[in-house]
Amino acid sequence: MEGSSALLRHQIQSALGSRFEAVFLTEKKAAGETLPSMVGEIPRGALTEIAGSASSGRTSLLYSLLAAASSGQEFCALLDAENAFDPESAAAAGVRLSQVLWVRCGGNVEHALKAADMLAQGGGFGLVAIDIGDTPEKVVRHIPLAAWFRLRHAVENTKTTLIVLAQQIHAHSCSTLKIELSRKRTAWNGLLKGFETTARCTRNHHVQERSFTISR
Amino acid sequence: MFACLYAPGNSCLLVECAGYFSPLIEETSLDTVVFDIQGLRGIYGPPEQIAMEIQRRVGVAANLAIASNPDAAVHAAQGIRGVTILPPGHEAAVLAVLPSYLLGGSPEFARTLDLWGIRTFGEFAALPPLGVAARLGEEGAHMQQLARGAGHRQLRLRVDPLVFREHKELEDSVDLLEPLLFLLSSMLNELCERLRFYGRFTHEIRLRLELERASPHSVTIRLPVPMLDSKVLLKLLQLELNDKPPKAPIEKIELELISVEPRITQHGLFLPSSPEPEKLEITLARIRGMVGSANIGTAELLNTHRPDAFRLRPLALAKGSATSFHPKPAFRRFRPPCPAQVWCTDQGKPARIFSAKGGGSILAYAGPWRTSGDWWTGTVWNHQEWDVEVQSMGVSRIYQDCLQSQWYIDGNYD
Repeated sequence: MEGSSALLRHQIQSALGSRFEAVFLTEKKAAGETLPSMVGEIPRGALTEIAGSASSGRTSLLYSLLAAASSGQEFCALLDAENAFDPESAAAAGVRLSQVLWVRCGGNVEHALKAADMLAQGGGFGLVAIDIGDTPEKVVRHIPLAAWFRLRHAVENTKTTLIVLAQQIHAHSCSTLKIELSRKRTAWNGLLKGFETTARCTRNHHVQERSFTISR
Repeated sequence: MFACLYAPGNSCLLVECAGYFSPLIEETSLDTVVFDIQGLRGIYGPPEQIAMEIQRRVGVAANLAIASNPDAAVHAAQGIRGVTILPPGHEAAVLAVLPSYLLGGSPEFARTLDLWGIRTFGEFAALPPLGVAARLGEEGAHMQQLARGAGHRQLRLRVDPLVFREHKELEDSVDLLEPLLFLLSSMLNELCERLRFYGRFTHEIRLRLELERASPHSVTIRLPVPMLDSKVLLKLLQLELNDKPPKAPIEKIELELISVEPRITQHGLFLPSSPEPEKLEITLARIRGMVGSANIGTAELLNTHRPDAFRLRPLALAKGSATSFHPKPAFRRFRPPCPAQVWCTDQGKPARIFSAKGGGSILAYAGPWRTSGDWWTGTVWNHQEWDVEVQSMGVSRIYQDCLQSQWYIDGNYD
């Protein structure tokens, strides 16, 4: 199925590519422009959702992305709805704090979304992350789909990676990549050693599962 | 032609007086000012008339000398009381009576003249030039030129400190933001034009509004990078005034832009792009208006063992060098820490927990770790920390505040 769709695309592109260059330009540009992570490549110029319950490794994944972007000399922004960001553990994970703009929204999700939209529209940030991981689900469910569309549109054709960290998937069709995390096991050896986590990545209806360990 | 005013202890007055006659002013010393009066002949007439005008303008007892070169004017003003006019070609004759110490020069030069028994300009000027040059070198030859009133040099012009300030007194008080912004816009345009003329940018905006029957309202905006876009500056002022509006109608506006050197940056071709400073500053001002200025910035860890110790600093658009990173278990804080009830075993180990975040039996734990500090201040802390795993909460860090004997959940490992 995948092979035949690729073949079809190739045929259409070869037939019409010279006449309608712009149609195929976005796809070409997006390819190769990704941010490396523990669960694979995170696309730039698109919305990625990271979902999971407490201690599922979602924040570790977010910090690793912040570390990857900031260590590559990019500026990042973290819109922290519930003021949950811990600079000490972020610095230990390799995040360059001086290159991360931290906006504490004091429990106001609307402020977090508005600020994310403004920063994404302004451009120049390598990564913009919205952390609504501790926001009650009933509040997050009330975010209209149009808000996610607006955010997706703000980063389209840019090099900004837009991440939303929540307890569940909310943006649905607006997000290019959905990463659902679940904790398999907690490792103790007298101390907390780390987590074994499973990541279920969904992209273009293709699901990939992979396990990884986050250890101290 | 140059005029020199000499009045000990009145330097400001002298500069002000000189500024009335000429833009080309040299502050030779604290009590001496020389200025160019070349163009005044057409206005006032001969040097005697110019001298009278200057005397009338200065208003205090001051020596005034007019000569064809600045040094002759300075020496005459410093050595001869009242008004002295040195006709071109006759400087040496007028200066001849002046004491030689007025020439200045190095201590060796002054000592040599003293040893030779030279006491006046005239005596020094009468010495053979070749002999003076052979014995006193270049300095001696130059000083002899000065003693003859034949110095040639340009004025070392006084540079006024650049002040970019505008003020407007309003006939009718303004109590709405829109007309105020209209006035601010024209003032900013004017100031930015002046800054552009001098090749300067600004890094600070100071606005002072005098209010009707209320204390003045001041706004200071410090910019992270020097800027010169009046629209950006106006937008920043608008956002600041929206956030903190004046409490009464405005009677007078004072606006000042602090000038700095322009920002010259060369971006690397292969470096990732960064936000445009002007655009970013407006965005940050908007976000500040929403979340408050204390809630936006970059975190900086403090050098202390106190839990959750950091401060927020403004975002600086300076890139550091690339570093390596390692995936590690992250921590999510509950701010403020969530109070909890914890039941312990006979050995003092946590067994069950109940809180607003969830609760249940503790499946695994590690600890305790005791931390305390700041006992010498009012913010003392004394904690006993545990890492615990609970089915419904995940893995959390809990602690007992030993001072209050109260348990809290600090946050989650995530």
